[in-house]
Amino acid sequence: MVAEIGFGSLFVSLIVSIYGVIAALYGTSNHQKKWILSAQQAMRLVFPLLTITVGSLIYLLINNNFEVVYVSKVSSLSMPLYLKITALWGGQSGSLLFWSWLLAGFTSAVTIKKWDRDQDLLPWVIVVGLGTLTFFLVLNTFFENPFVRYWQVNQDIVQSFSQPAGGFIIGPRNGSGLNPLLRHPGMVIHPPMQYLGFVAFIVPYAYAMASLIIGRSDDRWIQLSRRWTLWAWLFLSLGLILGARWAYDVLGWGGYWGWDPVEISALMPWLSGTAFLHAVLIQEKRGMFKQWPIVLIILTYNLVIFGTFLTRSGLLSSVHSFARSTIGPIFLVFIALTFIASFWLLSSRWDKFKSRQELTSFFSKEALILISIVLLMGMLATTFWGVIFPNISELITGAKVTVGPPFYERVAAPILGGILTIMVICPLAIWSYVSFKHLGKLLWKPFIVSLLGIVLPILGGLTKVPAVIAFWLVAFVLAVNGFEFVRRTRLRRKTESESFLEAVFRVFQRNKRSYAAMIIHVGIVFMALGIIGIEFFQTETQGTLAEGQELQLASYTMEYEELQIFDTPDARNVARAVVLVKKDGEVLDEIYPRRDFYYDSNQPVTIPGVRSTLVDDFYVILVDWKAVTSEGATFKVYHNPLVKWLWIGAWVIIFGVVVATWPEKKSSMAVSKNARPK
Amino acid sequence: MIQKTNRLLWWVLSIALLISLIPVTGYAQGSDPTDDDVNAVAKQLYCPVCENIPLDACGTTACEQWRGIIRDKLAEGWTDDEIKTYFVNQYGDRVLAEPPRRGFNWIVYLVPVVIFAGGGYLFYRGFQQWRSPEPDRNLRNKDKTTPKPVKLSEDDINRVEEELRKRSQG
Amino acid sequence: MKKILLWGGLAVLLVFLSIGLYRSQQGQVGKGEKAPEFELISFSGETHRLADYHGSVVILNFWASWCESCKPEAKDLEYAYQYYLNRGDVIFLGVDYVDTEPEALGYLEEFGITYPNGPDLRTEISQAYRVRGVPETFIIDQNGIISHVQIGPYSSFEHIKSTIDPLLD
Repeated sequence: MVAEIGFGSLFVSLIVSIYGVIAALYGTSNHQKKWILSAQQAMRLVFPLLTITVGSLIYLLINNNFEVVYVSKVSSLSMPLYLKITALWGGQSGSLLFWSWLLAGFTSAVTIKKWDRDQDLLPWVIVVGLGTLTFFLVLNTFFENPFVRYWQVNQDIVQSFSQPAGGFIIGPRNGSGLNPLLRHPGMVIHPPMQYLGFVAFIVPYAYAMASLIIGRSDDRWIQLSRRWTLWAWLFLSLGLILGARWAYDVLGWGGYWGWDPVEISALMPWLSGTAFLHAVLIQEKRGMFKQWPIVLIILTYNLVIFGTFLTRSGLLSSVHSFARSTIGPIFLVFIALTFIASFWLLSSRWDKFKSRQELTSFFSKEALILISIVLLMGMLATTFWGVIFPNISELITGAKVTVGPPFYERVAAPILGGILTIMVICPLAIWSYVSFKHLGKLLWKPFIVSLLGIVLPILGGLTKVPAVIAFWLVAFVLAVNGFEFVRRTRLRRKTESESFLEAVFRVFQRNKRSYAAMIIHVGIVFMALGIIGIEFFQTETQGTLAEGQELQLASYTMEYEELQIFDTPDARNVARAVVLVKKDGEVLDEIYPRRDFYYDSNQPVTIPGVRSTLVDDFYVILVDWKAVTSEGATFKVYHNPLVKWLWIGAWVIIFGVVVATWPEKKSSMAVSKNARPK
Repeated sequence: MIQKTNRLLWWVLSIALLISLIPVTGYAQGSDPTDDDVNAVAKQLYCPVCENIPLDACGTTACEQWRGIIRDKLAEGWTDDEIKTYFVNQYGDRVLAEPPRRGFNWIVYLVPVVIFAGGGYLFYRGFQQWRSPEPDRNLRNKDKTTPKPVKLSEDDINRVEEELRKRSQG
Repeated sequence: MKKILLWGGLAVLLVFLSIGLYRSQQGQVGKGEKAPEFELISFSGETHRLADYHGSVVILNFWASWCESCKPEAKDLEYAYQYYLNRGDVIFLGVDYVDTEPEALGYLEEFGITYPNGPDLRTEISQAYRVRGVPETFIIDQNGIISHVQIGPYSSFEHIKSTIDPLLD
């Protein structure tokens, strides 16, 4: 019954979505407002409808309805409730449904605002939004139906949604359960966040396309989509960071990013999305380079679709890939249509976007931003090339090759260095004009402070030159931002009689965007610090220990104190090692690396024990393909300096975006307390 | 002054780029290799069967066997490179973390260089153009008179005011 | 000019994606297709080429020592080899897929396999046959055409026999 409700609402939402597209097209070509309003209603309806669909699937998951094929693939009796719910996105068809639901959420949300001012854009926003949704709903309805069930027909077992002739439903006793690697709190938040990030870009894309279609060349679409873009960017960044965190926590290779093709497909839209955010800034502040934002949002959105195609079509070999599926060809058709339509529109309206393009100096803010965009695009082009090259090689030479971390790191490292360098100067640069005297005056104090970033590491025994340069840049950016912030606060205090704290608050309020940007950039620099620490200075060791024995790494010693083995209520056998972390003979901490063996799927998962401080992480994991006993357990130990800053940086970025999108009071005249008409 | 600072920036970036290209080399082992010695080599190889998993992190029986081979070869005194070549001969190029630099594979390394060189050059050219924009020839008015002001109707004026009002609220 | 480049690039990308997708959806080399040529160097050092066996029926079996599902059919394959041995026109060849020599030799000894087996160097043979996993067996007729593809282990000697006998007169 519930499966019927689920599929029914899915099918209805497909019809409603198609209707919306047709109604909007009809209404706009015949100038009939009521059809457009009807289409708007349709766009509002899809989200509640799909919520029913998603709700039904969740219900089936929670209630162990194993006759539904999807439920038996991703769920099992012993899984805790929260995992059963997250199993919604644990397999191909469920996660596609989840994607459609989020997409519907965004398209419906867009209808909520008052559209009086932008009547001309509305129908096309509907067409683009619902058009995309229609495609995904078609996938869900005809290719990857999550409500398909097992039927017994004579001797065979058949999978179908509707009852086949002479068949009756059969329900397995239990399901196979979620892949143990996915049974982690990370599973709760990483995929939703990643999908949110991808899907949210439909809003600026729809606005941009609508603007292109009706031939407007102003930046109204940018104004309308600004907040959406910031949140989309935040979600996408968080999706990537959470994926990294999850890899760090569970995968046991002490790392956070493997340059896996699916990771890269998620990184590519982030690169162009970041470039887009910055290009928008130049257009808003100087009205120049108007072609860049529109190219970049189209690129970003197309990369989102392309990325999800790569992941789901079986074209890529990756640990993330879903099982082989039939959606490949139709997806390719959709991509072809989207790419061609976007490019064609862009090229036919290209001249409308020609704007005055003038750069007074290499170091003006807009020049620096342009350079950073170029760097990001270079990174994007190179990673794109690296992702598709194995397929090219196989096609042309027949040989399979791997394009792995060394290739990408060689490019990523200098680019990160270049971006950090730009971040040093950018907060001080002014729009359109640069005076080197002024720049120099502002730079020399932070420069002196930044030398700490060279001196301290060298004193600490550091000899790797790239690492020293990297630390110096980090110190420099932080110093520049710090000094600039203090300087502006002081400037304000000179004109107003405010306390320091009040001045800080007011400075934020008056120039919210620029300070939010400062915060976000500082967050990025913290992340860079974490990356530098772990990439340059990670050390590891492996050894087999009996209870009571020790292993040394960096300046730490770990002692294998004891082993506890027990079963848990959710069908796991846990072998939990108690490990003491010592330095200079003194016990600093007790950590618990463990190996969980899942009875359902006969698979082990190892969870590390970590002692994490601002200075470093001491990371101990059990090697699960060796025996774990009190006589001998094999441990792999990593020393990851500074990696905590990676996660701290993420929090700072979140804070920055919240500040940037904090709703503003309607602008009123700002009156200085001391002003007095003469 | 501007040229000098430009050049300085390019030098810094180029040096940073060059330094990061310095490869890490392996070294030959003596007898009785430790887990760490094995992992140091395994790290540079990928599991021939599983997707995109480095050989030191892979938990399958097959991977254990392969690490065993690395251990044996290290004990016999083979160098990292010799072991890697052995794996390539056995299992193909995809066990390496990067395509081996020969034949068709050179393209994978050349393209990024072309991208950056090309991109940099294009940007430089563009920058030159943007620094001194050409005077807009279309502005040169043929009849050299100022255009007559257009008379706005009451209706138009009302619409403009309405629009302005909306914008200040929007 | 720029437009031509961009559209050209897009076209190339789409064509490339289509070909890639088609190839990834392709299964193993199928029944009725010409069996790809290969050169197999056995563990004992002999070279076996498919062309050498033109005129005979060839049973090409892909296996690995780490492959649990290969084990049930191992004894049956050896039995079938012995069964057809005197005829002289039924050839059994085993291709060891992505394996290690000591373990492979141990596997052969465990199941008493005497027909020629060799490593799939550089995975060239399994790539030519688009093998997706092990075990997989390809029955190649006297004219070099594939007459049967067995994905997964054979269930019994009778099963093996039933895929070979139709080719013999």
